[in-house]
Amino acid sequence: MGYSCVVCVKQVPDTKRITGQAMKEDGTVNRAALPAIFNPEDLNALEAALRVRDQHGGTVTVIAMGLPAACDVLRDSLFRGADRAILITDRRAAASDTLATSYILSCAIRKLTPDLVFCGRQAIDGDTAQVGPQLAEKLGYTLVTYLEELELDGRTARVKRNIGNGYERVRSRLPALFTVMETANHPRPPALLKVMKAKKARAPVEIAKAVDGALGASATAEAKAAETAHRCAEMQARKLLITQWNLDDIEADLGWCGGAGSPTKVHRIQSIVLAGGDYKEFPPTEAGIASLIGELIQDHTIG
Amino acid sequence: MIEVNRKGEVWVFAEQEAGHLSEVPLELLSKGRELADQLGVPLAAVLVGSKVRPLCATLAQHGADLIYLAEDGVLTHYQTASYTRVVCDLITAYKPQICLFGATAIGRDLAPTVASAMKCGLTADCTDLQIGDHTDPQTKEHIAKLLLQIRPAFGGNIIATIVNPHRWPQMATVREGVMRMTVAEAGRTGKTIKFPVNLAGLDLPTEVVESQRRAKKVNLKGARIIVAGGAGVGSRDAFRLIWDLANILGGAVGGSRAAVDLGYVDHDHQVGQTGTTVRPALYICCGVSGAVQHRAGMQESAKILAINIDKDAPIFGVAHYGIVGDLNEVIPRMIKSIRSGASLSDAVTGASKA
Repeated sequence: MGYSCVVCVKQVPDTKRITGQAMKEDGTVNRAALPAIFNPEDLNALEAALRVRDQHGGTVTVIAMGLPAACDVLRDSLFRGADRAILITDRRAAASDTLATSYILSCAIRKLTPDLVFCGRQAIDGDTAQVGPQLAEKLGYTLVTYLEELELDGRTARVKRNIGNGYERVRSRLPALFTVMETANHPRPPALLKVMKAKKARAPVEIAKAVDGALGASATAEAKAAETAHRCAEMQARKLLITQWNLDDIEADLGWCGGAGSPTKVHRIQSIVLAGGDYKEFPPTEAGIASLIGELIQDHTIG
Repeated sequence: MIEVNRKGEVWVFAEQEAGHLSEVPLELLSKGRELADQLGVPLAAVLVGSKVRPLCATLAQHGADLIYLAEDGVLTHYQTASYTRVVCDLITAYKPQICLFGATAIGRDLAPTVASAMKCGLTADCTDLQIGDHTDPQTKEHIAKLLLQIRPAFGGNIIATIVNPHRWPQMATVREGVMRMTVAEAGRTGKTIKFPVNLAGLDLPTEVVESQRRAKKVNLKGARIIVAGGAGVGSRDAFRLIWDLANILGGAVGGSRAAVDLGYVDHDHQVGQTGTTVRPALYICCGVSGAVQHRAGMQESAKILAINIDKDAPIFGVAHYGIVGDLNEVIPRMIKSIRSGASLSDAVTGASKA
């Protein structure tokens, strides 16, 4: 019979490759200088779900919430073996904190009633590790954080959890939500055949943008809408349409979404000034280093 | 969700394992004491577990005026469902204004679940907490004495200060070692309030089968000298240089998150916001660019020596000594110089004795 699995994935700026150009002079983030990537631990979450399907059968549905550009990580998930991709995109979801984000995801996942939900432990842009636990609480699913190993037996999961200073083995009832550690597995690479098949997969918002470009400014809005609908139907028939939901589609209460649904507010943002300090510089020569070491020995810092 | 309660207490979750308190709740009590005094409200510790009453005295000595004690055999092991129920019941009953948790494996499981159930805000991994006023940029509403939750964000390129103006309690997690622990005050006592645990109808969805904990392999917090390597070290093999330098100095080895992620060194060695916060007498960082998360974990070191090939690396912004150069050349020269320097100082000491 198999298990129905949902994986939550996020497109994030590659915070490990931040350079001096990451911030503009006015202190705002220079997004153009930051490549967008698949959040690393979400790849581990996807791999964990794919292994469940490989072993027991079932389906793997991947959900990303964000701007239309998040379709890139959805396509990447299809390349690696996901069965279905869903984009949740809505301007009214902007400025959602972790509580609002978990609420929105819970509305979408409730429509799918999966047996298992997989999230990466945390995303590298915020490092909060909050959305997984909060999503489990909203869904009423058993929460199992820091998953490293998973075995399923009927409606029971046996999990090895990495608790930092050791590990814990737990038995958990399904339905359950797991947050997955990077140490859990090695994510499989995209498969060539799947890339060939899914590289043309598009969400309606992407199709509409392509139509807008193709028909130009002279075409009416009606004509564009008709062409978009036509192309979407065509993609649907070829099983290449990425499902796209807005907050109405998932019947979300707008009071719990976006800024209105977010209890945390930004009080102040300070950009880090990358100016040099007034440190004492020593040349990297033998003499320079010897004089530094001499100073440290003299003031009893070392030696 | 509870209503905004200006007279609400400041709470610290007193995480314990098998009847032993970790350091982080004691560190949080130090910071909580400051916050509670500024607000003019009591500071309370929330102690959940089984047979944990003996810990009440320690919590009082570290600053707690009140200890909410929730004991039950079911609470022997930390479990998300049972602990969440107890902490939420406590919050609903006493309406604290601030709840602080350690950003530990347990705290990062419990705090978001509690925040979700209480429908309140939560800020992860704060590096500082203050009391301050907030004006809403849109409505211009001015609110006095909110908890300012300060943390690096966006890969450390910005420092964000977060507030929870309307939906309380104001919740935050804090990493181990970030707040300074004050010494226990021997005669200080607190009032223990036994909270009736009601877990009726709770069918625990998880069962702990086995639990293995090991002591940390590395004592970074206690080290007088730390030599840390970053991504700039280049490989696990080249990281040998960091070990060599640490060995000759009798120091401990640290690593930036990037170095840990690249597999150059184990996570136990990680210094920074998502690792250990350290304050050694000398911190030598080699090939560490100086992301704010790393700096947050080491910038209070008494002396910082930065070695980096990039003269514009942000690490130089917190350094007292700097060497712009290739660490593959600089570190061997340092080792050589320390060897001859040490023998020189031995000679000097010997001479003065003679």
